[in-house]
Parts: sequence; structure tokens; C-alpha cells
Amino acid sequence: MRITINGVATDVEDETTVADLVSGRAEDRSRVAVAVNAEVVPRSQWEATSLGPEDSIELLAATAGG
Amino acid sequence: MSTQEVAQALQPIEAADPFQLAGQTFTSRLLLGTGGAPSLEVLERAIVASGTQLVTVALRRVETSTSGGLLEVLDRCGVRLLPNTAGCMTAREAVLTARLAREAFDTAWVKLEVIGDEDTLLPDPLELLDAAEQLVADGFTVLPYTSDDPILARRLADVGCAAVMPLGSPIGSGLGIRNPHNIALMRDLVSVPMVLDAGIGTASDAAMAMELGCDAVLLASAVTRARDAEQMALAMRHGVDAGRLAAQAGRIPRRWHAKASTPLQGRPDL
Repeated sequence: MRITINGVATDVEDETTVADLVSGRAEDRSRVAVAVNAEVVPRSQWEATSLGPEDSIELLAATAGG
Repeated sequence: MSTQEVAQALQPIEAADPFQLAGQTFTSRLLLGTGGAPSLEVLERAIVASGTQLVTVALRRVETSTSGGLLEVLDRCGVRLLPNTAGCMTAREAVLTARLAREAFDTAWVKLEVIGDEDTLLPDPLELLDAAEQLVADGFTVLPYTSDDPILARRLADVGCAAVMPLGSPIGSGLGIRNPHNIALMRDLVSVPMVLDAGIGTASDAAMAMELGCDAVLLASAVTRARDAEQMALAMRHGVDAGRLAAQAGRIPRRWHAKASTPLQGRPDL
């Protein structure tokens, strides 16, 4: 299925969870945050949250600023 | 004395005059933004010299973030993280960003920024107040970056913000405090802590903020983009400490004409 990750259209396996995405893309899993379709997905829900076609995911981490 | 020795010597002076923010005690009244440094090494030296205990960080997409190295440096410095909502232009975006930051950094503290314009980076007061109210209701400790409008600051305090953080002038401009009178009026109108945030260019600006009654100063570019960031961090620290001492010492009133400090009585007839 096709989803959008940080603004880029990407094909992923069906049944991919938020936890799968985070594992593959973030170096420090403990300090990232995830939004799916502009809703926060709490860390405790990452394993249980499966993605669907057309979902838009934002995967965010710390950067210097402000 | 080396920069490190001077920085260490200031610690007991600062510790004698701690600062309370949302129930937490800080001995440093200088908050540092982490943006703008040419390298993490420069940032780390600046943080150590500044003596700061609270630094801001932003959230960005993982591909562009400097996450790993930055957080290692901040952990090593032992500073508390204050996530910001930099770049947000609506209350909706800012509230969502704050909630994401709470997940990422495990803190309910947020430096709330809702800007109205990408050229000036001035706050959008209506969106800011709306976002502040929503975040306070959601249990956040909200520290709003606001314009230097005393009435808006009072409204922000009234909805439950833990502090107000007025700008001196636009972010990164280094123009100092353009309306000192407004900052002094704000001090009279709000009882929550006041942190001068944005526009500081050099150490005398930081001192002025404290003399006007601010409890602390938050700055980034003035240090991180200085030719010698470590030395400027130390200068800012002296500025904040000096301004605080002066504010507490009670300055003399301004006078139109001179007032001699040497007595006229006993003057010889020459």
C-alpha cells in the first residue's frame, strides 16, 4: 500500500505498524514523536497502530532551535 | 582566569538568588536557545559558559533533525529541555506540535510560539492566546513567546500560562529592547515570571531586561552566531547577573539637572 512519510509517497507492506516505521527510520527510538493524519500516536500505541492506505505520517525528532 | 574558571566563580553568586518557574527552581536566569551554532562543539562550550539550566529544542522531520548528537550534548550538560513550537502559524499546528513534543521529550513544558508572519516572525496574538488556553487545559506548562504588549501578557497569564516571554525586538534581529517602557509596564501588570525572549544583541541588552524587572532572559542567536560564542555566553551571563543585582539594589531616580555628590558646605573662599 502507498502511504506518505514525512511528505514523501512511499510503498510499504500491508499491516505495517507505527512501531515498524519508527524502528526502520529513527536512530534513537526513545525521543521521537509520531503523528498519523495530524493526530498524535502515543508511544504506548505504536505497536497496536496499523497504518492504512493513503495515511500521512509525520516522524519527528529533536533539532537545534529557538 | 579562564572562561571556565570565571563561569565557576559565578555559580555561588547565582545560587544565592534562585528563580522559580512553574514550581521548579533554577539558579541560572539565562535560558539558551540551541539554534544557530556552527557546530555542536561550539554549542556545548557556550552552554557550559552560560551556566544555563534550561535550553530550547525544536521538533523536525527525522531526515533533517540533528537529534542524536544534539541530545547527547544536552544530556552531558545536564540541562533541562524546553521544546518549542517554532514555525507554527496557527493554534491548531502549535497545539499538535506541543503534544508531539510532549511525546518525544517526556515533558509537558512548552515554549509556545505562534508566529503571524515569516518575515518579521512576530507573534500572532489571537492564535497565541487560543493555543495557550487549549494547552493549559490539556495540562501543559505553557511559556508563551509574546509581543511586548502588556495587555496581551496579562491575558496570557489570566488563562494560566506559567510565565510570559515578551520579545525585545524581532527574533534574531539583535536590535535589543525597542520599547523598554512596555516591558516595565508589563512587569506591573503580570505577577507570573517574565522572561525577555528575542531580540537580544549584546550583554547590555540582557542587563537592561533584568533592570526592567524581567526574571530571566532567553536568547540564542546573540550567542550562537557571535564570533566567539563561548565568550559571548559568559558576557550574557555577566549581563543577566549585573542587571539582576542592579534591579534589586534600587537605582537612583533620573533627574533633569545635576546633583553634586561633593558637599558645598565648607567650600574654601579662593
